[in-house]
Amino acid sequence: MTDATMNTTSAHSDFGDYVALLKPRVMSLVVFTAAVGLIVAPGGMNPVLAFASILFIALGAGASGSLNMWWDADIDRIMKRTQSRPVPSGKVSANNAMLVGLWMSVLSVGMLGLASNWLAAGLLAFTIFFYAVVYSMWLKRSTPQNIVIGGAAGAFPPMVGWAAATGSVSIEAIGMFMLIFMWTPPHFWALALFMNEDYSKAGVPMLTVTHGKRTTRNHILAYTILLTPFCIGLAFTSIGGPLYFAMSVILSAMFLQGAVKLYRRVEADAEADKYAAERKVFRFSLFYLFLLFAALLIETALRAFDLHWSAWPQVF
Amino acid sequence: MTDAEIHQRRKKNNIMLGLVLVAFVVLVFSITVAKMMGGANMEAADHVLRPQLIEQ
Repeated sequence: MTDATMNTTSAHSDFGDYVALLKPRVMSLVVFTAAVGLIVAPGGMNPVLAFASILFIALGAGASGSLNMWWDADIDRIMKRTQSRPVPSGKVSANNAMLVGLWMSVLSVGMLGLASNWLAAGLLAFTIFFYAVVYSMWLKRSTPQNIVIGGAAGAFPPMVGWAAATGSVSIEAIGMFMLIFMWTPPHFWALALFMNEDYSKAGVPMLTVTHGKRTTRNHILAYTILLTPFCIGLAFTSIGGPLYFAMSVILSAMFLQGAVKLYRRVEADAEADKYAAERKVFRFSLFYLFLLFAALLIETALRAFDLHWSAWPQVF
Repeated sequence: MTDAEIHQRRKKNNIMLGLVLVAFVVLVFSITVAKMMGGANMEAADHVLRPQLIEQ
């Protein structure tokens, strides 16, 4: 796409373009994990307030997405994966993306505070700050550890959901945070393996760009191993149980198997089958997180119907 | 793009924005009702010392 064609659409931004600014796909994962954090928390919450809280957490995530698109418009324009985003494609101006992001941040934090409590609102504000400033502005372009530390932004939603329901942060909330935090690096590095050219063209120092794909494969395996105790450990908190335990063991084994496979692969094989195994691990990692949180939800439902196993050990 | 098409698009965008605003009003009202049913203290400061402001 040339600059000339890019500008022809700039005069007409549709409602949908502003929705796209909020990164609806990322938002769906945020809605899900925040909802699980809120639902598995002890003590009932008024359903209207619970719904509103999840909505404003999602809106906060959208706000940080919009701020990210404003800040990263220059590199989004270069990367194939992000070229069609509203700012690089010229549908929404960068300035409008910033304004939408800032106002939505204020709105979501303020409304979450009113709907639930100010601890949750404060955590949401910190999450937006972490994603928009710490990750997008400071880390993303300066260190290959960008997604390791930046992953914390994506890990906060279940903790915010928990805080909205209980007014506090406990070991279970930290456990859910750690699960997503440790999961993010292998998930993104699997993506970076087959999207490497995009990142290197845009000058984003992903691990694949700075240290090569061999090192990235080693890192994926190491982080997947480190992820496993956090994943299984959550089974022995008040929100876990035998079903979650079984699920976490099976899924961890599958994730580890995938990571080992990526570790053993040489670049020539990967290029020969167009990174089929890497794509598979990336897709599986999404599935992995979704199923683990779904299992936590089922455990809560079982407890609500008094179907849980009371002898289940609660270590943490 | 013709004028008619532009108007058509604007109309659609305005309707969408209107719906979002209405939904927001409904949501704020629902939160208020839910909070009041939960027994939340909804009194704002009116710069006068009322008996209920004194902690027991």
